[in-house]
Amino acid sequence: MAQGNNSIKKILTVAFALCVVCSIIVSTAAVALRPMQQTNQELDRKSNILNVAKLYESGMDIEETFRDKITARVVDLRSGEYTDQFDPDTFNQFEAARDPATGRTLSGDQDIAGLSRVENFATIYLVGDVDDPDQIVLPIRGQGLWGSMMGFLSVEGDGNTIVSITYYDHSETPGLGAEVNNPRWQAQWEGKKIYEEEGDLSPEIHLTKGGASSEYEVDALSGATLTSNGVTDMLQFWMSPEGFGEYLAKFRSGITQEEAQQADVELESEGA
Amino acid sequence: MADATPKSVLTAPIFKNNPIALQILGICSALAVTTSMSVSLVMTLAVIFVTAFSNLFVSLIRNHIPSSIRIIVQMTIIASLVIVVDQILKAYAYEMSKQLSVFVGLIITNCIVMGRAEGFAMSNTPGMSFLDGIGNGIGYGFVLMVVGFFRELLGSGSVFGITILETVQNGGWYVPNGMMLLPPSAFFIIGLLIWVLRAVNPEQVESNEFKMKENTQPKEAV
Repeated sequence: MAQGNNSIKKILTVAFALCVVCSIIVSTAAVALRPMQQTNQELDRKSNILNVAKLYESGMDIEETFRDKITARVVDLRSGEYTDQFDPDTFNQFEAARDPATGRTLSGDQDIAGLSRVENFATIYLVGDVDDPDQIVLPIRGQGLWGSMMGFLSVEGDGNTIVSITYYDHSETPGLGAEVNNPRWQAQWEGKKIYEEEGDLSPEIHLTKGGASSEYEVDALSGATLTSNGVTDMLQFWMSPEGFGEYLAKFRSGITQEEAQQADVELESEGA
Repeated sequence: MADATPKSVLTAPIFKNNPIALQILGICSALAVTTSMSVSLVMTLAVIFVTAFSNLFVSLIRNHIPSSIRIIVQMTIIASLVIVVDQILKAYAYEMSKQLSVFVGLIITNCIVMGRAEGFAMSNTPGMSFLDGIGNGIGYGFVLMVVGFFRELLGSGSVFGITILETVQNGGWYVPNGMMLLPPSAFFIIGLLIWVLRAVNPEQVESNEFKMKENTQPKEAV
């Protein structure tokens, strides 16, 4: 090795030159590939939503199907009404939960899903007609065994019958808790009911060991008691008035349609 | 390696001087990413790319690297390459990058990459270093694929996602071995693999560093 390599001048020159070259390479790659990465994330989110709505087929044009069939709206969870305060395309639920203006802290006994803070607004996805949707896709999340689990639950237009459930992000044990994404287990959810009777806002749906016997019960995952408890807790939380209870109640009693018509009449009279 | 030829540099690390099986380097990622074969394959390709190019670049500037900062220079080159690989995976193989998650980033700390840069590229020509990087990447990948094959077959009943043994969860007969999906199982498989390799090539067996003394009084051992 050359003698002059260890002089301070040489060390600084080499270090500086290397840093410049490497940072140019890294930042070029990051900037050039970012649009593609964002498209991928969007596609991933959309395919998850289509998947839970049972509209997904491999090889389909996800963007186009999503645009044709699905409308995103932001719901005010406290009143159960839609709000135009936020743009559904850019509204970030997780940031909203942290912001004191749009989220609230849960006290111990309210916080059954282990969230600690929850947002007052949520983005939901309506399949089909916006006023009388075929399905409603709701974001749910909560603690599993190893960490938080994020997923979607899709409910039929009656606001009570479950279509499917899927988790797009979780860290449960492979082969045990991670079976939440096993299609055979997911298939059991179809046709299950969330609430017992109309008007009652407390959810009945839960996982049970030893065989589901009613339409409010789903078989727990074998060997994954704590993951199963987590799934039950997060459904109990998100389907209660703390979550989407108020919003879903409108579909169950059919108020939304009337209200929508009323709102239309009001709009028309204002316009005139 | 005075008599290194391009062929020996490329092929020796696969069986004769395997970085995982003989040098016992890079074990951590071999435990983490081998739950399925497709993930192992992508990880293998990523590591081959990083070892080959980090060796190439380190070798290109080896005569200008001051010895006092050579490790940090190597790390900077390796880290930059790993970030580029991570970005490319996120853009072109998003599903795969979600499964590999943090382990692509952890290639930076993979001892194989660093070991080859310091041990080979610093004292050899760029062309030979590049081939050495590819060879070691393949050697690493070979172990990954073998471990991945057994873990996926026994843990999920499939190979490359294609079902071979129908599992009970999907209505078949095969009760999957859940431990195979957890990291410790890779230890057993790597251990067995090393045993096989050393049975075939007895010169790889290390001599004992010290001899156990016999118990002079059997009672002391109880």
